[in-house]
Amino acid sequence: MSGVIASSAVEHHPGPQSQERGQRAVFCGLTSIIWLHRRIQDAFFLVVGSRTCAHLIQSAAGVMIFAEPRFATAILGERDLAGMADCHEELDRVVGELISRRSGINRLFLVGSCPSEVIKLDLETAAAKLQAKHENRVRISAFSGSGIETTFTQGEDQCLKSTVAELPALASGTSNLVVLGTVSDIVEDQFRRLFDDLGIPNVHFYPGRKASDLPAVGRGTRLIAAQPFVGETARALIERGAEMINAPFPLGAEGSKAWFEAIAEAHGIDSARVQQVLELPYQRAKRAVASHALKLEGKRIHFLPDSQLEIPMARFLSEECGLSINEIGTPFHDQLMMHGELSRLPHDVRIVEGQDLDPALSRVREARPDLTVCGMGIANALESEGLRTKWSIELVFSPVQGFDQAGDLAGLFAKPLVRESILEVGSWS
Amino acid sequence: MELTLWTYEGPPHVGAIRIAASMRDVHLMLHSPQGDTYADLLFTMIERDGQRPPVTYTTFQARDLGASTAEMVLQSLRESAERFKPQVMLVADSCTAELIQDQPGALALGADLPVPVIPLEMAAYTRKENWGASETFYQLVRGLLSRQAPAPGTERPQRGADVRPSVNILGPTKLGFRCRDDVVEIERLLASMGVDVNVVAPLGASPWDLQSIPAADANVNLCPEVSDLTCSWLARTFGMPTIQTIPMGWGATRDFIAEVAEVLNLDIDVDAVGESRLPWYSRSIDSTYLTGKRVFVFADGSHAIAAARVARDEMGFEVVGLGTYSRERARDVRAAAKEYGLEALITDNYLEVEARVQELQPEMVLGTQMERHIAKRLGIPCAVISTPAHVQDYPARYSPQMGFEGANVLFDTWVHPLIMGLEEHLLHMFRDDFEFNDSVGPSHLGSEGEGARSLNESGEQICEGNIVWAFEAEKELKKIPFFVRGKARRNTERFAEEQGISTIQVDTLYDAKAHYSN
Ligand code: SF4
Ligand code: SF4
Repeated sequence: MSGVIASSAVEHHPGPQSQERGQRAVFCGLTSIIWLHRRIQDAFFLVVGSRTCAHLIQSAAGVMIFAEPRFATAILGERDLAGMADCHEELDRVVGELISRRSGINRLFLVGSCPSEVIKLDLETAAAKLQAKHENRVRISAFSGSGIETTFTQGEDQCLKSTVAELPALASGTSNLVVLGTVSDIVEDQFRRLFDDLGIPNVHFYPGRKASDLPAVGRGTRLIAAQPFVGETARALIERGAEMINAPFPLGAEGSKAWFEAIAEAHGIDSARVQQVLELPYQRAKRAVASHALKLEGKRIHFLPDSQLEIPMARFLSEECGLSINEIGTPFHDQLMMHGELSRLPHDVRIVEGQDLDPALSRVREARPDLTVCGMGIANALESEGLRTKWSIELVFSPVQGFDQAGDLAGLFAKPLVRESILEVGSWS
Repeated sequence: MELTLWTYEGPPHVGAIRIAASMRDVHLMLHSPQGDTYADLLFTMIERDGQRPPVTYTTFQARDLGASTAEMVLQSLRESAERFKPQVMLVADSCTAELIQDQPGALALGADLPVPVIPLEMAAYTRKENWGASETFYQLVRGLLSRQAPAPGTERPQRGADVRPSVNILGPTKLGFRCRDDVVEIERLLASMGVDVNVVAPLGASPWDLQSIPAADANVNLCPEVSDLTCSWLARTFGMPTIQTIPMGWGATRDFIAEVAEVLNLDIDVDAVGESRLPWYSRSIDSTYLTGKRVFVFADGSHAIAAARVARDEMGFEVVGLGTYSRERARDVRAAAKEYGLEALITDNYLEVEARVQELQPEMVLGTQMERHIAKRLGIPCAVISTPAHVQDYPARYSPQMGFEGANVLFDTWVHPLIMGLEEHLLHMFRDDFEFNDSVGPSHLGSEGEGARSLNESGEQICEGNIVWAFEAEKELKKIPFFVRGKARRNTERFAEEQGISTIQVDTLYDAKAHYSN
């Protein structure tokens, strides 16, 4: 990949050894709206879909946080489908209603769903028309979060990719750093402090806290991913001239250190300075991880496919917490994004791409790992069979990146095991 | 196109899943994309089921469209018939599948499966969850029983003098409101009348059990949202009478006993069947403060109507608003509202309900989890009486809403938030006390008293004993979620003290976090 800054050659895990096709149990891309709307505080997400889509978002969010949230669903009815109502006119009406209600909204995303895709409702054209109508008031664009095209975290990738064309061109002769993928505000602030200390200027987090926080992109742009599920956006940025820095994800003490080191190296920062800046947070992270690692050491973990974070999490747990990995399931594999991870993974770990739910569950039952990382719908079903689980959705919803979250991250995995050792009721063990 | 923020009901196929999940030995093959599998978590997380619902989703993707989706249906059917060996296979489309028109029901009927197939039409773009549950239950019962139907006009044989009377309890499901406990309570009530329960369905029944429905003398239509259609079909086809009273509240429970006695031709003294503490609790002097409390009731049709009666006649409240999100029950709720001199609110738009509550300013709201949020926002006490409900409304303890024990539970759970309301009032009175500052939450959420502390005007530093927080560190602390912030503050200060640090910097905060993390 020409746009990738190569790392020194290391022997790699080959990637998934097998593909599975069958029943999947992963949410669709609409789910990404739950964290995207919290990250981008002046954006509104309008799903054009069915009652199922509305019900999915509200059920996956688990709690109804806001009385009037910054997302909603325009539910298609029979009149829309039978062509008795013109969908574009209807959308016009609904968007008009929304914009007049919500004055704080500066950005509106129309989000496509399976029904809107199947009836070939062209939301991009609709967005362009609506934009003309609401020019100077709100920016409007479209992306798809449909379950026939995206899984769970891929919704964020589609959302960001849809805004790449809007990014201003970077003035030639200048340079900047784009950190790609949602991180929580507190992680952004920690990272900014470290970038300052390292002497790395012009850092942009994408997506930012405001929809209008759009980084410039061009030949002088260096790109680093903070999340593994933003591959298409990364490619679109590379196409616009950005150079991608190859690194593992900033998860755990080692992952965070390698991530910052790779960025610093790409910026030609003196390595003594890098070590000096990173040493304190790195040691602190090691200490924080260590106390949990005691409880995790030697345990066997199994990942069912869900958030795309499976490979980086497995790397962190095997590298820093002494877990052995039974199997890693991943909804899909993106070599560009996982390049920096695979070199750190034990070579014989079994990676399965795709899913066939029932046979996959049978493998879990047979192996009886100490911990299974899985989607929310499956967790209690496995617990009732005496298997301990960790829901993967929490890994996306809570701040886990960076040195000062490394201990929390290990703690998320240790918690279920600690609980098992405490409880004197029930039938775990 | 309809703009929706929160929805009271899921799509109709979720109703179909509720029926399948409530029963034994039934499997549902749902033609749908992968995102629709979120429905699993309703059962495993909200109802805390120890297994996935018995559903196989085809999870077709864009690349399958137009080529292999029908093939996927057949494969899913064969595999799930083989793996789960159900007595009956239900087959349905989700909203997306309805658009691609693979006709999975017809495919299944033609597939020569080793199991009887019942195809369902879920009408995803016009109907909702409760309708889907009702339709599925009806298709299942009709599909299994129509061959047994007597010729039209056949007289139903009289029960023999030596045969114990029996009824079926129809309607309770998974994800219904307190169905698990209501079934137990009504079974007990019937037992104390000497009435046997023949079949409870869908909850806990197998298709085999459904076959013996006609053996009972009558059907108890316990959850009309789910069982109305089935009960009237059984009445038409098998001449089985339907017991319509919903035994929620003291008076309705007595009416139910009387109706059962009448339908089954039993000589029963209502006073001898059982008793509830509600009448005495409501008459006791302590309850005087309940008098005339203005309540707003919004729920599914059955719970709304029943709750209004209890509220006025048994608690002494004033019902100032009554409504439902269920259009199928609009007529009944309108009629009930008239009795209270009210115009019913029939809407599934959360914002309209909120606007009405705001306008009426009731002293208490009896509603669903949606109304709980509305009430919370407006600072009005609230009790949840109906689905949609959240995980805490599927309690570990026995907590029926129906029968005499149900009446006790209603009294307790409705009075409880009013006491909380009183506490709220005290909080207002003592608002300026240091302990009760602005961001104090409800007392049961264990507030940390964070509100009393803030950056001082000059934005410099805040003093805490001998230890000082640097401005940046204090700002960082504010980013920690409020419910753990107090702990983080205490730990950091303790850490600083132990380490002899006098000014807490951002790094001190994180050093402390690392120190205490485990
Ligand atoms: S407050 Fe209660 S009802 Fe509302 S989301 Fe949280 S748990 Fe559910
Ligand atoms: S999978 Fe499709 S139909 Fe289902 S919720 Fe997601 S976008 Fe909507």
